[in-house]
Amino acid sequence: MRKGIFAMKSILNGLAALGLGLAAVTASNAAEYPIKKPVEQDWSFAGPFGTYDKGQLQRGFKVYREVCAACHSMSLVAFRNLEDLGYSEAQVRAIAAEYEVEDGPDDSGDMFMRAAKPSDRFPAPFANPQQAAASNNGAVPPDFSLIAKARAVERGFPTFVFDIFTQYAEAGPDYIHALLTGYEEDSDGHEVPEGTYYNPYFISSASLAMAPPLSEGMVTYDDGAPETVDQYSRDVAAFLMWAAEPHLEARKSTGFVVMVFLLLFGGLMYLTKRKIWADVH
Amino acid sequence: MSAGHSTYTPKTGLGRWMDARLPLPRLVYDSFVAYPVPRNLNYAYTFGGILTLMLVAQIVTGIVLAMHYAANTEVAFNSVEKIMRDVNSGWLIRYLHSNGASMFFIAVYVHIFRGLYYGSYKAPRELLWILGCIIYLLMMATAFMGYVLPWGQMSFWGATVITGFFTAIPVVGDWIQQLLLGGFAVDNPTLNRFFSLHYLLPFMIAGVVVLHVWALHVTGQTNPTGIEVKQKTDTVAFTPYATVKDAFAMVVFLALFAYFVFYIPNFLGHPDNYIEADALKTPAHIVPEWYFLPFYAILRAITFNIGPIDSKLGGVLAMFGAIAVLFVVPWLDTSKVRSAVYRPWYKLFFWLFVINAIFLGWLGSRPAEGIYVAMAQGATLYYFAFFIVIMPVLGLVETPRRLPNSITEAVLEKKSAGAPATEQAKG
Repeated sequence: MRKGIFAMKSILNGLAALGLGLAAVTASNAAEYPIKKPVEQDWSFAGPFGTYDKGQLQRGFKVYREVCAACHSMSLVAFRNLEDLGYSEAQVRAIAAEYEVEDGPDDSGDMFMRAAKPSDRFPAPFANPQQAAASNNGAVPPDFSLIAKARAVERGFPTFVFDIFTQYAEAGPDYIHALLTGYEEDSDGHEVPEGTYYNPYFISSASLAMAPPLSEGMVTYDDGAPETVDQYSRDVAAFLMWAAEPHLEARKSTGFVVMVFLLLFGGLMYLTKRKIWADVH
Repeated sequence: MSAGHSTYTPKTGLGRWMDARLPLPRLVYDSFVAYPVPRNLNYAYTFGGILTLMLVAQIVTGIVLAMHYAANTEVAFNSVEKIMRDVNSGWLIRYLHSNGASMFFIAVYVHIFRGLYYGSYKAPRELLWILGCIIYLLMMATAFMGYVLPWGQMSFWGATVITGFFTAIPVVGDWIQQLLLGGFAVDNPTLNRFFSLHYLLPFMIAGVVVLHVWALHVTGQTNPTGIEVKQKTDTVAFTPYATVKDAFAMVVFLALFAYFVFYIPNFLGHPDNYIEADALKTPAHIVPEWYFLPFYAILRAITFNIGPIDSKLGGVLAMFGAIAVLFVVPWLDTSKVRSAVYRPWYKLFFWLFVINAIFLGWLGSRPAEGIYVAMAQGATLYYFAFFIVIMPVLGLVETPRRLPNSITEAVLEKKSAGAPATEQAKG
């Protein structure tokens, strides 16, 4: 028996040593891109009680509208959804009316353009992907409806385990913020093909076809928020998170009620179980 | 159902009338009320109930989703987004369903590992175990096809990769792949048949579950000691004892489930699946859902040809073999002692197997290059060695610890050995 235990211990020790060795080897074998990992930002919608900051969403929408929308569609979001941002019905109608959408066919069989209504979705800046690519150096600007959930830099072990407990679910907005603020002049020895721009935070290569889209003061804020690239990036990232996950607040607040119920119910079940089993033990 | 000694006596006139015609209340009473269960079952034994709950939850949420979903490549992706955005509580139902699949697999893995630890597959429970393996296989097929339905990038490319495995099979491979796809590539016919089958398979699972529970109720449950029930004091009635314990475990499990659904609903998913499927754009790394990762690692570990078997076929054979080997576990284990509690060496190798399986899962998420390949090969070797070498050999050479004479004796022994308070909590 003694001998058995000793043998067992040496097996375990051997495995532990092997594990450490492997950890050292794999650490140097990290994924190639992005060159730099995004820096985690503070978001009002993070955590179990997170909510969107309506002022921030409105600013982010303004950035989207005045800058991003020139190339990026957002085809799953309807104007009526903008009421979530704190706009009144009348304001939403006014915003929608600034856009033109194709409708029809009319009585004579022709398609026609008309002012958008709240029930319409955001019209795309390009007629089709081919046109979008042709106007953007061959790269189709991705649709923004889900971009905040469709981009996430891998967290790696063991961070992804901690993320369960910290409820980290903001990889998307962190990435967007990092990308928009992350353009660098010096490509640090990386090859930058003609017509692309070096950005160490870009998820799939060292440079991307989009030129730095934001510059200081290019969007006017009327609530006194700083008109900096950092602030624009932060606001538009928050807005895009809303666009991707419009029911986040309902989800988290429902979750709180559900968790409280389950904990209380679980407690009662446990006490019941103890009482019933008391005579067996 | 156990041994046919029913103690059910209908108390009302309607009850007697029913009992003489269709004794369904008797069946329920005998199976889920009076049915004796070992008194020493721990919480690892509550996962059967949890799995039943998850199956029902998946079917209910799935049926509601199917009311809003459209299985057509033109609209599938957007129809899921419509559920997420415009359907009342659609986000909740969809997140319940997608996370529910993961929870289902967490529960089934605990359930399978519990069976391996306590030797639940041994005679006379071989069929019970095999039925469980069939359920697991059906679950994998269901989950795989379900993951294709949202028609995201990982849906599409996952389907392309996995159906591609079948082309490795000599002679009939291409034909099987085309039958699965309904064409030469993943496209609308694929999505349509996957949706149809994804709707069908859960009901087949439910059917096999009935057989699984039936077989269970014929042989009775095992228990942590692995000793068969011998006397009345070894057991307690299913209701209220097992019922309340299962119910408590279900609530705890639901809390875990709810935590994922409400706070980190996309943690277990892949961001690329929020990009619509594009046949012209291959994702940088194609990875399956986490519950397939160990098998994916095994598939990619075979990078060499073995005689006439090329590495592709070898990988596919290894992957299917990793599941097939489970079916013969009852005959691979030669030990006369059922439970790992009394088998110190088996216990060690079992836990190494668990760690190895998790390690394989992590490797499955890594690119198949450099050091990862070598590690996956080592881990794959241990995976198979555990079943094919360790299980048969250990049973012959290991000296098990002294077994108690009965479940009752084991319970009393444990109690007098100290820590009665924690024992009580554990049941």
